[in-house]
Amino acid sequence: MISRRAFCRNTLLILGGIALPLTALELFDPKRIEAYREDGAKVRWVFLVDTTRCTGCGFCVKACKIENDTPYDAEVSRTWVERYVITKAGETLIDSPHAARDGFLSPGIDQAERGIRGVDEEEIAKAFFVPKLCNQCDNPPCVQVCPVGATYQTADGVVLVDRKWCIGCGYCIMGCPYGVRFFHPVHRAAEKCNFCYHRISRGMKTACVDACPFGARKVGNILNQDDPVTKTIMTERVNVLKEEYGTKPQVFYLGLSREVK
Amino acid sequence: MKNHIWRPLLAALTLVGLILLLRLAFVPDDFGVHERGYMYGWHRKGNEAEWQAHPIKYKTDVYCKECHPRKIEELAKSLHAGIMCENCHGPALGHPEDPPTLTIDRSRSLCARCHSYLPYRSSARGQIRGINVKTHHPEADCVLCHYPHNPQPYRQRRQ
Repeated sequence: MISRRAFCRNTLLILGGIALPLTALELFDPKRIEAYREDGAKVRWVFLVDTTRCTGCGFCVKACKIENDTPYDAEVSRTWVERYVITKAGETLIDSPHAARDGFLSPGIDQAERGIRGVDEEEIAKAFFVPKLCNQCDNPPCVQVCPVGATYQTADGVVLVDRKWCIGCGYCIMGCPYGVRFFHPVHRAAEKCNFCYHRISRGMKTACVDACPFGARKVGNILNQDDPVTKTIMTERVNVLKEEYGTKPQVFYLGLSREVK
Repeated sequence: MKNHIWRPLLAALTLVGLILLLRLAFVPDDFGVHERGYMYGWHRKGNEAEWQAHPIKYKTDVYCKECHPRKIEELAKSLHAGIMCENCHGPALGHPEDPPTLTIDRSRSLCARCHSYLPYRSSARGQIRGINVKTHHPEADCVLCHYPHNPQPYRQRRQ
């Protein structure tokens, strides 16, 4: 027969053992402390979109799909252009046919199951185009939800996906408030815009920036004070998308209208 | 302590040990916490280099200029100065070895990306000369009348 004293002692011992987290058994790694150090960073990639210059030609989407091997005819893209038509009656119509890969050729607005919506010229209050891409957030929710460490942020701020490590659970696709993530139909892994990491790492600009004939897209290093993109962001009236989510997006927009979501 | 405690405990410890051994074998050495800390920087470091090694397909005008300087100069003076060569000629990866010639997109839909008329005066599209693709000489390619490297509609109309 076990005594009351022994029972209480053993219970407390076992509970204490269970409560000891597995991480406490891990050997101390000085690299972990270094990982939290903020100094030494010289590059932080940011993006600047001038919506007032965008004509919806879609050359950026075409270049992006080819450059990054996104299946050309599949309905997925790392970047896309949205058309906003706001009528005088106060209605907001948005579409992006095939992610605007072939531009916007007709004035009819694709309203999915409700068909193509034609709007008369006199009815339009304002109409404009908004290019979208990954915001490379400073607080990326897509990275937080990854259960295996397949998506992560590099020291220069770009969020990448490790295709070999991704298990395809889709949490990140749901976690992104901007809807920029999708499944790559060929690699069967989560896919997203990475500011053409192979190009910016070699001193080039992203494919979409090079392809844009109007200078509506620009990529720059916010930590370089002489960068024209940094100067614009610091001195002009820029905005970001869905600031209320606290994701700290790093794609800045000039000429954003309140209808843009 | 009794045998009925030690035996399952030993079995459990063996299982944990086995899992740790498997982890040692399958998790690469460079997998761990990197620059952005535990929350955002937990990854396989070698993957960054894998992404950087992705081939560059669009070589930009800097590359085209090496062999076609006159075409670049001509284009730079024209209204189409902002359009890079590869937007119409296709990505230059491998050119001139493979492929020796690039496939030029001369389709109407390429020009229509900017020149199909859309009544959006408040956007930059409204500042571009637009046509109705369906009624403006639908039988012909645009390049039959318009020279894309230096488009000057009035002069061309006289020719």
